[in-house]
Amino acid sequence: MPARRIPFLRERRPTGGHTSLPVLFALAAIVVFLVAGSLLSSIFAQQTVAGLAQGAIFGSLALALVLIYQATEVINFAQGEMAMATTYIAYQLTLWGLSYWLSFFLALGIAFALGVVIQLVLIRPVQRSVIAVVIVTVGLFILIDGLVTWKWGADLKFMPAPFGNQVYHLGQVAFARNDLGVLIVAIVSVILLWVLFKYTKLGLAMRAAALRPAAASLVGVRVNWMLAIGWGLAAVLGAVAGLMTEPTQFLQPTMMQAILLYAFAAAVLGGLESPAGAVIGGLLLGVFLNLIGQYVGFATSELRLPIAFAVLLVVLLAKPNGLFGRKQVRRV
Amino acid sequence: MRARIAPRLIVAAAVAVVLALLPFQLSGYHQGLAARVGIYFIAILGLNILTGYTGQISIGHGAFMAIGGYVTAIMSHDHHTNLIATLPLSLAITFACGILVGIPALRFSGVYLALATFALAVSVPQFALKFSKFTGGSNGIQASETPSYEWIYGASWTCAAVGFVAAWLLLRGRTGRAFRAVRDSEIAASLSGVSLPIYKTLAFGVSAAFAGVAGSLFVISTNGFAQPNEFGVLLSLQILVGAAVAGLGSLWGVLVGALFIGLLPTISADVPVVGSAHGQDVVFGLIVILIMLLLPNGFAGLLARAARARTRA
Repeated sequence: MPARRIPFLRERRPTGGHTSLPVLFALAAIVVFLVAGSLLSSIFAQQTVAGLAQGAIFGSLALALVLIYQATEVINFAQGEMAMATTYIAYQLTLWGLSYWLSFFLALGIAFALGVVIQLVLIRPVQRSVIAVVIVTVGLFILIDGLVTWKWGADLKFMPAPFGNQVYHLGQVAFARNDLGVLIVAIVSVILLWVLFKYTKLGLAMRAAALRPAAASLVGVRVNWMLAIGWGLAAVLGAVAGLMTEPTQFLQPTMMQAILLYAFAAAVLGGLESPAGAVIGGLLLGVFLNLIGQYVGFATSELRLPIAFAVLLVVLLAKPNGLFGRKQVRRV
Repeated sequence: MRARIAPRLIVAAAVAVVLALLPFQLSGYHQGLAARVGIYFIAILGLNILTGYTGQISIGHGAFMAIGGYVTAIMSHDHHTNLIATLPLSLAITFACGILVGIPALRFSGVYLALATFALAVSVPQFALKFSKFTGGSNGIQASETPSYEWIYGASWTCAAVGFVAAWLLLRGRTGRAFRAVRDSEIAASLSGVSLPIYKTLAFGVSAAFAGVAGSLFVISTNGFAQPNEFGVLLSLQILVGAAVAGLGSLWGVLVGALFIGLLPTISADVPVVGSAHGQDVVFGLIVILIMLLLPNGFAGLLARAARARTRA
């Protein structure tokens, strides 16, 4: 008798590890281009570093989206608003007199709890229908937006600057300390997450639950709990993105909305199923947008979003499953 | 077959009579609100044809509404075209746009399509900002005439009724069968001789045309004023919420979905608990979530369940 399958979780083969050669060549060419450009022009170098910092934020939020997509094939439209809400919580903690970094880590803890609770209470009951999950996250988007505006108001708020406002000079190139700090925090959190998934028992169980839910539950993995923890981790990554956005955009209820859209683009660029792809997609997008804003006169700020999505569409038309995604093979 | 259709026809006729008598009972402001419901009705109908019947998810119908709306505003502002005459024009243009979008969309499915259409919803208002020579930029563009509330109510619900009948006729025959076949299994449909590219792009075109007309009426109902902010991402999401509340794959819940997104924000603004302008969003978000938790298949799902329970009893 065949094992009873959990109906809403399709079994999928493991992904990743099979990046096609042309993509690798293209990436290598882009890296060479960026390095050469940075050596030749100091403005180019500055824009590249600022773009990488911006891209690291896109990448963190994109990674949060991918974490959830990988496990349940749904997109969380409220990811950005959850990040925004936890950033406000960190702000409230600093108002109560805690230091920035203490508030930072407390807020990450709260974000984790929030993510787990949202999955358990709101998402799990409707998990069977993708469209219902999407609508619930849209409802959550509106709800969180309303709650935050109600509690803290719509005007700009300011937190203490985590990295200060110094500028480093390297030859003629000026690097904002904040950009470097953002880049480092984002990269460290991505590496920590990778270590968690690769080298811990919990990470193994989570991967098993995402790839083969029925088999995982047979060997004793609590699949439902793993999904909830996945939402928690995604919320933590989102919170990192939110807190790293704050020094440049300041606090306001709409601060993450555009960033969520860029994160969508980054995640799809990387192939939605590939965590590494999400991060690389984010970095590429950040640098590309900054450079094109610097050197192409037509690309004014109104066109930033359309350009990001035009890039996305072009990539998707060439590779419908993203740069690092796998071709989907389905049994009929 | 006849027995199943008859009670629904009676309900539809009753709703039509109520809608026809309603304007005599309402103040101008409430007529405007009721007209807005009719406009959402048309847009949800269009989205339902695409997502509910053909299985292609779109989070970008606000974009087609924006295109339709700007066609009306620009034609009226620059060429003083009669507002009614702009409707067929906006229908034709958005139908063509829908076909144009539908062709690349053939390569995407599921979440990728959802995000690609979302990209459209985000980009179109930005284009309106960029090419301000034609669209008036962030100040918007004003149509040359502003009709009365009665006029708007009549126009919206006439279009809604025509649209409903057209959708019903389209979906009950050969085309509707092909759409549903594509939704249920693309491979099985193509093996049965249904041309996937033709029917999928056709569904996109028809659906966009509905949204375009809704967008034109939307602009007319906001004092003939077209502005990029009005067509933001939130509008696309609202229509999707309306379609989900109505229930996908059935035409009989659309009115409930339209009432939901058309009236709930206004009603929830009056809820005293939170006592501020932002309480509206809190209540709206909560109710959207609750409805999905209680009725994951929307109002039409509830109807279907009730019908099943009756036949079993």
